[in-house]
Amino acid sequence: MHVVVCIKHILDPEMPPASFRIAEDGRSPVEAGLPRAIGPFDQNALEVALKLKDARPETTVTVLTAGPAEANEALRKALALNADRAVRVDLERLPGPDSATVAALLAAAIRRLEPAPDLVLVGRQSGDWDQGVVGPVLAEKLGAAIVGLGYAAEPADGGVIITRQVDDGIEKVRPKRAAVVTVTNHESNVLRLPKLKDVVAAHRKPIDVIPAAELGVPLDEPLVEAVSLSIPQREAHCEFLEGEPEEMAAALAERIRRWLSA
Amino acid sequence: MPDVYVLIFAPGGAAARAALEPLGAGRALAEGLGGKLAGVVVGAGAEEVAAEARRRADAVIHVTGDHLRAYEADAFTAAAEHALKGRDAAAVLTLADAVGREVAPRLAARLGGSPLTEVSGAQVEDGRPVFTRPVFGGKAVAKLVGRRAPVVVTVKAGAFEAPAESGAEAPLETIQAPAVEPAVEVLAREAAPAAGVPLDAAPVVVSGGRGVGGPEPFQKELKELAEALGGAVGASLAAVDAGWVPQSYQVGQTGTAVAPTVYIAVGISGASQHLAGISGAKHVVAINKDKDAPIFRVAEVGLVGEWKPIVDALIRAVKAGK
Ligand SMILES: Cc1cc2nc3c(=O)[nH]c(=O)nc-3n(C[C@H](O)[C@H](O)[C@H](O)COP(=O)(O)OP(=O)(O)OC[C@H]3O[C@@H](n4cnc5c(N)ncnc54)[C@H](O)[C@@H]3O)c2cc1C
Repeated sequence: MHVVVCIKHILDPEMPPASFRIAEDGRSPVEAGLPRAIGPFDQNALEVALKLKDARPETTVTVLTAGPAEANEALRKALALNADRAVRVDLERLPGPDSATVAALLAAAIRRLEPAPDLVLVGRQSGDWDQGVVGPVLAEKLGAAIVGLGYAAEPADGGVIITRQVDDGIEKVRPKRAAVVTVTNHESNVLRLPKLKDVVAAHRKPIDVIPAAELGVPLDEPLVEAVSLSIPQREAHCEFLEGEPEEMAAALAERIRRWLSA
Repeated sequence: MPDVYVLIFAPGGAAARAALEPLGAGRALAEGLGGKLAGVVVGAGAEEVAAEARRRADAVIHVTGDHLRAYEADAFTAAAEHALKGRDAAAVLTLADAVGREVAPRLAARLGGSPLTEVSGAQVEDGRPVFTRPVFGGKAVAKLVGRRAPVVVTVKAGAFEAPAESGAEAPLETIQAPAVEPAVEVLAREAAPAAGVPLDAAPVVVSGGRGVGGPEPFQKELKELAEALGGAVGASLAAVDAGWVPQSYQVGQTGTAVAPTVYIAVGISGASQHLAGISGAKHVVAINKDKDAPIFRVAEVGLVGEWKPIVDALIRAVKAGK
């Protein structure tokens, strides 16, 4: 089975809000010098793929990203976890919130892969612009089935069974053709840590680079644009209760009683 | 005419509780654009839902067919496309739930339009629809536009109110959706274990984070406190990822958005993505050993210290005061 995992190298979502600043254009963040990470749900997607490979070692895992050369760092992390292949669609700068264009690039890159993948895993949303658009648009462009909010996959006679969240519980589904799964977090898909020797080895593994211009996707016709970005202002007005736990608890219980009877 | 369409998914006749809310956003846009507001109800047996929509929109299209009894992504996407193809839509809105998230971006691709998601604001500026939503985990708010019509937009639950009934009944057009071969086979379905009070309707939510240190407090102290207050237990993503509670407990941007009278955060740092889920809470209480934790910037009352002695004392104080 061939599994493709799309990962995005984003501004580290855990960075303190105070480090987040808006660039001079007024509609994008300052990125230079700030820490980056693989999107958290993309990490979950990668773990789902690696678990398939644990279960069936003949599974091939390809990691794919679109972005500048710095995004190789994300691919190397995946290679250190024993992903088999890494591919980067090279473009100088990702087009902010225009995820549909990114999905078109990724779809074009996936169409070049051999063999054609049986399964494409993407995070439910990126963790930066958070559009959640890449998965569904990829499915559309590839003519694949879509399975939203999956969190686990198991091999099943030639195919794969996906467990996913639905509004009132969980569902196990079997796609009838190649499928794109948008992956959400679950205790079972927290990304594993690499072994030191594999981190070192990953630096020698190749990364295939495809220039975006080769993929026939117009890059100067964004579908979605940010008009502006602003930082919401919150006024802190916290009243700290003092004293021993018993005293604080008594004061708090009194307030809660008042709030609930208001 | 640049019209605004609101998709209301009602597989087998049942729509989500918030499914009519995007009509509120749609009404504002239709007025700003000088067009009409139409509801598109997708689902077999959804006559009641269509009737609800007719009292709130200027026109309603009901797309039906035997294969629209249960939700299936390809079938519902094709049905929506069938209803909208060839209509002059400036914007198509739908609720950002599991169905909307799957269908809307694909529909945008099929209609040659622009996908936008999880918006919490919509207005017309310079003759075009402009949408606002939090980005970067709530660290910023973006104003976004789609460059190619229609913009196909998912609307965050709770961001808009469904419009009041107009007193009139809009015209109804019923159309049959083409049958579509399902792309996935559903093998099994398991309802979420019924918790006491549902998170999104609880008057009090007691949430635990990484700081509570393990799964036990969710079964013991946090549960006991929530029960004493007639509320529900929630959790941060970190607690879910640790396997301490199922994902259904998660509060936040990618979990449940809660709107209780009282929200009590225990051992939760207050990451922006967590805070995105509690903006509807009236009174926020934080219990955390780090007095600089960001949660105290949104809390109304803060208790600094080890969570366990405080929560134990709080359970006693609440029970004593009954
Ligand atoms: C795209 C995206 C979506 C996300 N969606 C969500 C979401 O929906 N919900 C969500 O919650 N998170 C979400 N997150 C994750 C979020 O960024 C944080 O990582 C997460 O909320 C942290 O959980 P926490 O506060 O429990 O853990 P931590 O940040 O580790 O905080 C633990 C806190 O406990 C305190 N503490 C430790 N020990 C004690 C003690 N003994 N007594 C008292 N206090 C103690 C510490 O001082 C600390 O403040 C998302 C992230 C991304 C990128």
